[in-house]
Amino acid sequence: MHFFETHRLTKAFGGLIAVNNVTFHVEEGEIYGLIGPNGSGKTTVFNLITAYYPITSGTIRFRGKEMNGLPTWKVCKEGIGRTFQIVKPLARMTVLENVMTSAFCRTSNTAEAREKALEVLQFCEMEKKIDFPAKGLTIGDRKRMEIARALATSPKLLLLDETMAGLTPQEQADGVQLIRKMRNAGITIIIVEHIMHVIMNLCDRILCINYGQEIARGTPAEVANNQNVIEAYLGKE
Amino acid sequence: MEMFIQTLVAGILIGGVYALIGIGMTLIMGVMRIINLAHGQLMMVAMYITFVLYQFLNIDPYFALLVAPPALFLIGAAIQRYLLNPLIKIESIIPENQVLMTVGIGIVLTETIRFMFSSDYKSVKTSYSTATFNIGAISWNVPMVVAFILAVVLTASLFFFLLKTDVGKSVRATAQNKDAAMIMGINAEWITQLTYGLGAAMAAAGGTLLLPIYYLFPDVGGPFTLKAFIITILGGLGSAVGAIMGGLVLGVAESLGATYISMALKDAIGMVIFLLVLVFLPGGLKQLTKV
Repeated sequence: MHFFETHRLTKAFGGLIAVNNVTFHVEEGEIYGLIGPNGSGKTTVFNLITAYYPITSGTIRFRGKEMNGLPTWKVCKEGIGRTFQIVKPLARMTVLENVMTSAFCRTSNTAEAREKALEVLQFCEMEKKIDFPAKGLTIGDRKRMEIARALATSPKLLLLDETMAGLTPQEQADGVQLIRKMRNAGITIIIVEHIMHVIMNLCDRILCINYGQEIARGTPAEVANNQNVIEAYLGKE
Repeated sequence: MEMFIQTLVAGILIGGVYALIGIGMTLIMGVMRIINLAHGQLMMVAMYITFVLYQFLNIDPYFALLVAPPALFLIGAAIQRYLLNPLIKIESIIPENQVLMTVGIGIVLTETIRFMFSSDYKSVKTSYSTATFNIGAISWNVPMVVAFILAVVLTASLFFFLLKTDVGKSVRATAQNKDAAMIMGINAEWITQLTYGLGAAMAAAGGTLLLPIYYLFPDVGGPFTLKAFIITILGGLGSAVGAIMGGLVLGVAESLGATYISMALKDAIGMVIFLLVLVFLPGGLKQLTKV
């Protein structure tokens, strides 16, 4: 039994098959990379795992339990957290309130939720910004707050959707540090990312998809040298 | 000058109750992104519940506050669960169709009540319905003052609920970003039921508070749906603070209009404000206060 696995995962929007027979598994403590050109179906895979879309066919199992058909909020309670590529801050709340709202996932006690939120914000090095309104944050801080919010639900598995896109090189380096720190804290991570040096540095194993289908898998070095991957990104000669 | 102050007082008192009704609609607007066009009709049902309690069981309208709003909470939650939420699940139906559904619900409620009670005007005449007291030269109508105070208390409790409790935070989170709320472990579907129930209960409280002073007939809902809609637009969609301001502005404007222009044009004043707001301040009062 694997920590997390999908089996022949498929999603069709009418006649368009966005995710086609994708099978992969992630072991506990791993950082797993999901890459592919734009529109290849990476975010759709995340949307299937977190039940924003119903699955057309296939199964998802997490810690031995079949997740098909669970609503999003239960997926969260089971221990899967996620960030969005296009960040979704609760704009009219402060940073602390945003993270506290997440912490209420595991407790209904306000003091406990506040404590958990402060702890997570410290972990993400955002403790100086707790009273800022979320809508006033820079894009880097918004992405960081998304991560903090996901962490506050105490996930075992965290899905990161392009958390580095649009960040400065320094912010990217800090982000890589943060992701390592999360893994060291015992969180398994699946990461979708376009920035190659981030993926190559972080991931233990990578799955590359195109048009919803697997085209390569393996270690970062294997995938980087795979002919199919090079063609998918750069085109044929 | 005295007449002006008297008019202002009357406007502010009725405005407090309008605000209560308007907040119910703006709450539903904020979370579900739809205008609840059955709002006044739900209030009308609550008024009939209060009326029946008074007429047949001799229960004072203020005690009916413990019955009518909870009853409407249940009716509202059931409407959301069995009539509105199923519409979202069918992908080919656009979300706006929920609005059409609320129109239908409003018609069914009105006609059901007409079938049961006929179209005749009814009223609840309590011993204190026409009681007044004076401060200086200004006279205060007792039921209006009580209604205003209770409306303020209920509004304050709602704010406490939204700002200080975990469920209240979940409601605000769902209103601000439903997708984000769901991955934070919030059961958004349950929150929509709770919100519609709360919205209906606020309208019910408003209706019950108005009953000792107002008359009652099955079509009383329509004008109040309209008033609540004007308040929601005036305050800015989804803004609870805006709805309070909106309610007070509408109450005062109606009152001034009735005194200085014509009693018959009272309801037209609201529509004029509505148009002016849409033309000059499309974001509502929320646009000015940024909250």
